[in-house]
Amino acid sequence: MSARWAVRLFAVLLIAGYLALPDFHVSLASNIGLYALVALGLVMMTGVAGMTSFGQAAFVGLGAYATAWLGTAGAQALGLTALHPALPWLGLLLGCFITAAVAGVLGAVTLRLSGHFLPLGTIAWGLSLYFLFGNLEMLGGHTGMSGVPALRIGPWTIESPRAMGGLIWVLVMALIWALTNLLDSRPGRAIRALKSGRIMAESMGVDTTHARLKVFVLAALLAALSGWLYAHLQRFINPTPFSLTIGIEYLFMAVVGGAGHLWGAVLGAALITVMKQQLQDVLPQLLGVSGSFEGVVFGLLMLLVLQRYAEGVWPTIQRLTARARPAPQKRAPQSVQENTKEKMQATTPVNTSGNTSGNTSGNTSGNTSGNTSGNTSGNTPVNTPDHVSPVILKKFLIARTLAAPGTIVLEAQGITKRFGGLVANQDIHLAVRAGEIHALIGPNGAGKSTFFNLVSGVDEPSAGTVRLAAQAMHQQPARAFAALGLCRTFQHVRLLRERSVLENVALGAHLRGEAGWLRAMLRLDRNEEAAIMAEAQFQIHRCGLTAWTHTDAGALPLGAQRIVEIARALAAAPSVLLLDEPAAGLRHQEKRQLADLLKQLRAEGLAILVVEHDMEFVMNLADRVSVLDFGQMIAQGTPKEIQQHPAVLQAYLGGVA
Amino acid sequence: MDAQIALLLAQDGIVNGAIYALLALSLVLVFSVTRVIFVPQGELVAFGALTLAALQLGKFPPTIWLALAMGVLAIGVDLRRALNGDQISWRNTLLWSTLLPISACAWATFARPTSLPAQVALTLLICTPLGPLLWRLAFRPIADASVLVLLIVSVALHGVLMGLGLWFFGAEGSRTPAFSDARFTFADLPFNGQSLVVVGVASVLMLLMFFFFGRTMLGKALRATAMNRTGARLMGIPTGLAGDLSFAMAALIGAVSGLLIAPLTTVYYDTGFLIGLKGFVAAILGALVSYPLAVAGALLVGLLEAYASFWASAFKEVIVFTLIIPVLWWRSVRTHHVEEDE
Repeated sequence: MSARWAVRLFAVLLIAGYLALPDFHVSLASNIGLYALVALGLVMMTGVAGMTSFGQAAFVGLGAYATAWLGTAGAQALGLTALHPALPWLGLLLGCFITAAVAGVLGAVTLRLSGHFLPLGTIAWGLSLYFLFGNLEMLGGHTGMSGVPALRIGPWTIESPRAMGGLIWVLVMALIWALTNLLDSRPGRAIRALKSGRIMAESMGVDTTHARLKVFVLAALLAALSGWLYAHLQRFINPTPFSLTIGIEYLFMAVVGGAGHLWGAVLGAALITVMKQQLQDVLPQLLGVSGSFEGVVFGLLMLLVLQRYAEGVWPTIQRLTARARPAPQKRAPQSVQENTKEKMQATTPVNTSGNTSGNTSGNTSGNTSGNTSGNTSGNTPVNTPDHVSPVILKKFLIARTLAAPGTIVLEAQGITKRFGGLVANQDIHLAVRAGEIHALIGPNGAGKSTFFNLVSGVDEPSAGTVRLAAQAMHQQPARAFAALGLCRTFQHVRLLRERSVLENVALGAHLRGEAGWLRAMLRLDRNEEAAIMAEAQFQIHRCGLTAWTHTDAGALPLGAQRIVEIARALAAAPSVLLLDEPAAGLRHQEKRQLADLLKQLRAEGLAILVVEHDMEFVMNLADRVSVLDFGQMIAQGTPKEIQQHPAVLQAYLGGVA
Repeated sequence: MDAQIALLLAQDGIVNGAIYALLALSLVLVFSVTRVIFVPQGELVAFGALTLAALQLGKFPPTIWLALAMGVLAIGVDLRRALNGDQISWRNTLLWSTLLPISACAWATFARPTSLPAQVALTLLICTPLGPLLWRLAFRPIADASVLVLLIVSVALHGVLMGLGLWFFGAEGSRTPAFSDARFTFADLPFNGQSLVVVGVASVLMLLMFFFFGRTMLGKALRATAMNRTGARLMGIPTGLAGDLSFAMAALIGAVSGLLIAPLTTVYYDTGFLIGLKGFVAAILGALVSYPLAVAGALLVGLLEAYASFWASAFKEVIVFTLIIPVLWWRSVRTHHVEEDE
C-alpha cells in the first residue's frame, strides 16, 4: 500500500465515520482535529526544524480570545455590531495578526541565541499570557466569555458540532497537503537544514534566523487557527485550555506521534486525546484521590519514547507496514564500503573531451541544461525529468558570471583572529585568483580551519579585512559570502544524514532558486524545482556519486560524504570554492578522480582554496601554496619553492639537516 | 507610595530574590555540568516544604516511598548496564539508591524526630538523593542527546513529579513554622527573624558554593566537566560522578529553598514550579552560564515582583514572566554571530 493510497483510505474512513458515527464520536474527532492543527505546527518546529515550544496553548488562546472578544464585547465597544455575520472572520484576522505579532517579538529576541532559549521563552510567555487571560476584566477573567457567535460562510451558518467537525477536518487535510508540499521544495530543504546546525545552512545561503522565525510564526498561526475554530465550536471560552500544562501536552502529541512526520501529529493528537479521556476516568479511582494525574502517565510515556523510540510512534508503524510491501529502491546496492572505488571509476567525471570551458554549473548565463542532457551518455545516465526541456531549465535557475582568469576574487588583508589570549591567525595576507588552485597547508593547530571560517563568514576576524569579489566583507554573515559566489565544504562533514544525497546536493542550489513558501505550498514551484533537481543530479553525476543519488547521506562512507559536500558546493554555481581536507578518507584512486575534477573546475575558471594534509595531492595539484604555522604565514609560493623553503622544512621536520 | 512602603517592598523583594538566586545558581550548575535544563527543580522545592509539613503532622512522608522506589529502579538500570559489560561504580549507586533512602526510611520509622532541626535534617536526607536518582533514571541514558531533547525530558519529568506531588500531598497547601519568631524594628523598618534567616542561609549557601568551586578538588573537577566534558573525562574525572554530584546539589538546594519559603507563604504541590521558573528567568539573564549575573537577575526578579504586587497585584505573574522578553533581547543584542547548537 503506497503512502498515497493510505492517505486516500484515511480520507474515505474519515468521511464514512463522519456520516455514520454518533455525535459523541464526531465531537471527539473534532477535538483531535483541533489538537492535530497545533501538533502540525510543532512537528514543523520540533521534528523538521529542530526548534521547540511549550507555549503553543497560549497561541491557541490568542486565536480563541481574539474572535470571542470581537464577536461579543469588542463588537459593541468598536461599534461593529452591524457587521455581525462577518465578525468571526474579522476575529480570525485579528487573532492571526496578534499571534503573528507576539510570536514575531518572541522569535526575534530568541532566534539568534542557542536553541534552548526559545522554548524557555515560550514557557515564561505561555504562563504570562495564561495569567493575562485570567485577569483581564474585558476577557471575562477566570469565568470566561460566552455567547461567541456562530461561524457563517455566505448563507450557511455552521452551528452544529457536526458541521464544525467537517470544517475542521477539511482544514486539517488541506494544511497537511500544503505542508507536505512545502517540505518537498526549495524552502522546505532550507527548513530541514536548520536542524543539522545553522553554520552549514548559513553557508548554503539560507538566512537561518529568518527561516526559524517563519517556522515559529507558522506554528503559532496554526495554533491560532485551532483556537479560532475552538471558540466557534464551543461558543464559550475560559482560560483553562490555554494553560502551560496543555501547551506541554501539545508537544507530547507531536513527540509521541513522531515529531519528524506530519501524519505523526494526527496520530499523536488521537493517541493523547483518547488516552487522556480514559486516564481521567481511571486514575482518580485507582489512586483514590480526585485530580488530574494524566500528566504522570504522559510524562513517563514521553520518557519512554525519548529514551527508546526517539522518532515516535508514526515511523515505527511505517517500518512495520514497510515490511509487508516490497522495499523501496532507496539504499545503495550491497556493501557500500566495498563499492566505493568501482563507483568512482564507473562514473568517471564528465567533460574530459576538451569542451570544458563555459560548461559547468551555470558558469555564464546558466547553460547547465546543455550539460545535463549532454552528459547522460555515461553508463549511469542522469535521470533528468523527461518533461523538462533545456530551455525551461535555463529559464529557472539563476546563474553567475565568472571573473576572468587571474583576477583576485578572494583576498585576506592582514587578518588576525584572537580567542582570548590565543592568537589563532596573525596578520595573514592571502589572495586567491580565478582559474587557480591555492593550497593552504600547515601542521595541526596551525590555524587553517580558523582561517577558513574567517574567509567564509562563519567567524569574524579580530582585525583586518576579507575581500570577496572586490567587496570588503565587514560583519557579514556566511550567507552574504554565499550570495557572492563563495561556497565551501567542512572539515567535519555537515550533511543532513537522514536525507538523500540528492536532497543534500539540491540544498546547495538554494540561492539559485527563488520559490517562496506560498508558491511551494500551492505547488506552483514545480518548474524551478525540476531545474534544481536536474542540476543536483548533474553535479552528483560529475562527482561520480550517481549510484548513491537516493541513498541517505549518512549511510555513505566518510570519504564519499566529503565528495557529496563538494557536489553540494558545486550545485551553488560558485566562483570561489573552499575545500577543507577534501581528500581525507579517500583511497588512492579516488584521490586521482578528485584531482581530475578539481583540475577541470580550475580550467573552467573557478578559484579554489584547499586545505589538505596529503602533500602528494597538494603538490601535484596546486598552482600556489601558502604555509601556516602557529597562526603565522611562514611561506608562500609555487609548490616547488615551498618544498625547498627552509622555514617550511623547519615547521614540518623540526630543523633541517 | 512613601519611602517606608518602598523599603518594605524592597525587603520583600530581597528575601524572595535570595531564594530565586539559590535556585538560579543550581540551575546554572546543573546546566553547565550536564547540559540539562532542570525544570523539575521547582517540584523539589515543593517536595522539601511538604515533606517537612508531613513530618510536623507526624505523618510518614510519601517522598520516602518515592526515593526507595526510584532507588530500586536505579539499581535495576545499573544491573542491566553491568550485564551489557559497562563499568559500574557500585559504591555511588548504593550510596544514592540504597544507603540514603533506607537510612531516611529507618529514621522516619523508628526515631520519629520531633524537634525542628532533626526534622529539617531528615527532610534534606529524603530529598537530596532524589536528584541523582532522577539523573540516573531520566537523563543519564540519553546524556549525549541534544539540549533540546534533554529539555523536553526535563519538562516531561516536571509533569510526572507534579502529578506525584498532588497524589502524595493532596491539593491542600501547607505552611511550616518559622525558624525564628524574632521581630524587631531597625531605622523605623520592621524586620522579622524568618526574613533574616532566609537571606542569611542563602548567603551562606552561596558562599559555600563559591568556596566549593574555587577551592576544593571536587568543585574544580565539576568546573572542568562544565567547560569540556570530553577533556575532563580524559583527565580521569568520571562524567557520571559529575552528574550525580550536580543533581544532588540541585536537589539539596531545592529542598532548602522549600524549607526557607514555606514559613513565608503557603506551599501547594504546584507552587514550586512557579518559584523555580522565576529562578529560570534570573538564570537566563546570565545565559545559564554566569553565576554572578544569575544572582543579580534573581534580585531583579524579586524586586520587580515585590513592586508589581503593590501596583498591579493581579498582574504580578504576568509582569514577572514578561520580564523574560527584555532579558532575552538584551542577551540577543550581545550576540553577534549565530550561535551553533550542540
